[in-house]
Amino acid sequence: MAASIVSIVVATIAGIAQLSGNRLVRWIAIGYVEVFRGTSLLVQLFWLFFVLPNFGIKLNAFIVAILALGLNNGAYGSEVVRGSIVAIPRSQIEAAIALNMPPALRMRRIILPQALMTMLLPWGNLLIILLKGTALVSLITIQDLAFQTYNLNVLTFQTLQLYGLSLVLYFVMAQGIALVIRALYRRVSHGITRGAF
Amino acid sequence: MCDAQKEPATSTAPPAVQFINVTKQFGSLVVLKNLNLSVTRGEKVALIGPSGSGKTTLLRTLMTLEPIDGGVIEVDGEAFTHERIGGHLVPAREAHIRRIRGKIGMVFQQFNLFPHMTALKNIIEAPVHVLGQSREEATDRAVSLLRKVGLIDRKDHYPSQLSGGQQQRVAIARALAMRPKVMLFDEVTSALDPELVHEVLQVMRQLGEEQDLTMLIVTHQMGFAAEVADRVCFFSEGSILEQGPPEVIFHTPAHERTRAFLRAVLDA
Repeated sequence: MAASIVSIVVATIAGIAQLSGNRLVRWIAIGYVEVFRGTSLLVQLFWLFFVLPNFGIKLNAFIVAILALGLNNGAYGSEVVRGSIVAIPRSQIEAAIALNMPPALRMRRIILPQALMTMLLPWGNLLIILLKGTALVSLITIQDLAFQTYNLNVLTFQTLQLYGLSLVLYFVMAQGIALVIRALYRRVSHGITRGAF
Repeated sequence: MCDAQKEPATSTAPPAVQFINVTKQFGSLVVLKNLNLSVTRGEKVALIGPSGSGKTTLLRTLMTLEPIDGGVIEVDGEAFTHERIGGHLVPAREAHIRRIRGKIGMVFQQFNLFPHMTALKNIIEAPVHVLGQSREEATDRAVSLLRKVGLIDRKDHYPSQLSGGQQQRVAIARALAMRPKVMLFDEVTSALDPELVHEVLQVMRQLGEEQDLTMLIVTHQMGFAAEVADRVCFFSEGSILEQGPPEVIFHTPAHERTRAFLRAVLDA
């Protein structure tokens, strides 16, 4: 949950920053996306957990998990945000300029609300991928669902039941995410007919 | 090339809009060629001419949707593109541009309403967030504008639930809500089904009766131009080939190019 929030916040900032007129801001955002998208989540977890302490930065395993999952997912998400923003027709921006709206207001009131509709469904995918990515955090000592399943299996050898239950639990959580996204989509797309503008 | 042929309303008042030697290019294509145009306050000017002759570009440069490559555009005697700081003309800052842009409203060919907002919200959005009006004040004004354009019963409809003509009337109300001194109309009936053109023109006729509102209208509706405009400017290849009162331009144009255009349009 916390990683989802980090992921959404980082993705929104990086997605908008990639479209910034300021070259430095744009390059930092692109650098972040390429690094976190282009390297393995597992290696990112290990870096934050095992390598950073060598530079004197010691983070709690839980914080590391939130940061790594959030930043990794956020890198993919920022492309979704960027893509949805550039898909807004130029004519919408021109209408906002003609009403004398400054750039930040245009983004907040006109562009993002419309882009949200386009980005919601891909976000459903990303959040489900993030959920399943949490299975990796057991490798940095966090006792997540996959880790607990493994431990119980070692103790009880009820492999079929335990992994069956684990499968069902992941599925139920993923369905929960899908339901929330679908409800949000219905809400933000209210009144808008796709392709009409 | 083209200076105002009629006398300004008062000799001291600056023109509402003035283009001075304005040039605009898209790559190597020159769209506006050293264009000069002076529009007095309250004047209704129709811009006619073939596609690609620069009419729409002229409106878009005035709305700051396109930067110009040369010359100066003035609104109420103040340069839009430049500002005077310490006696020197320097390129205008955003704050200056926004101040001047606040005097201008524009209605587009494709309406460009915000699809995620109802008709009413489309209209109050900018007054609330740009002018800082209270929601009640903006709503009162929006309601009276919706009455004026005959759409009060559609105030809670989204653009996708409105016909093209209704959307365009909402777009006109949205622009008027900002209380512009100059209204730009860019082929506002061109995207409409023929039977919906009338309702939009009717609203524009009403606006044409407002003494203080300056209107620049790009249109292919020659009958409408003749009826509403004080002056008609015929554009050809990025400049104004000829201009004058509608009865002169439509009945006794001086240039063969104008005659050929009018023949083609009126025969269509």
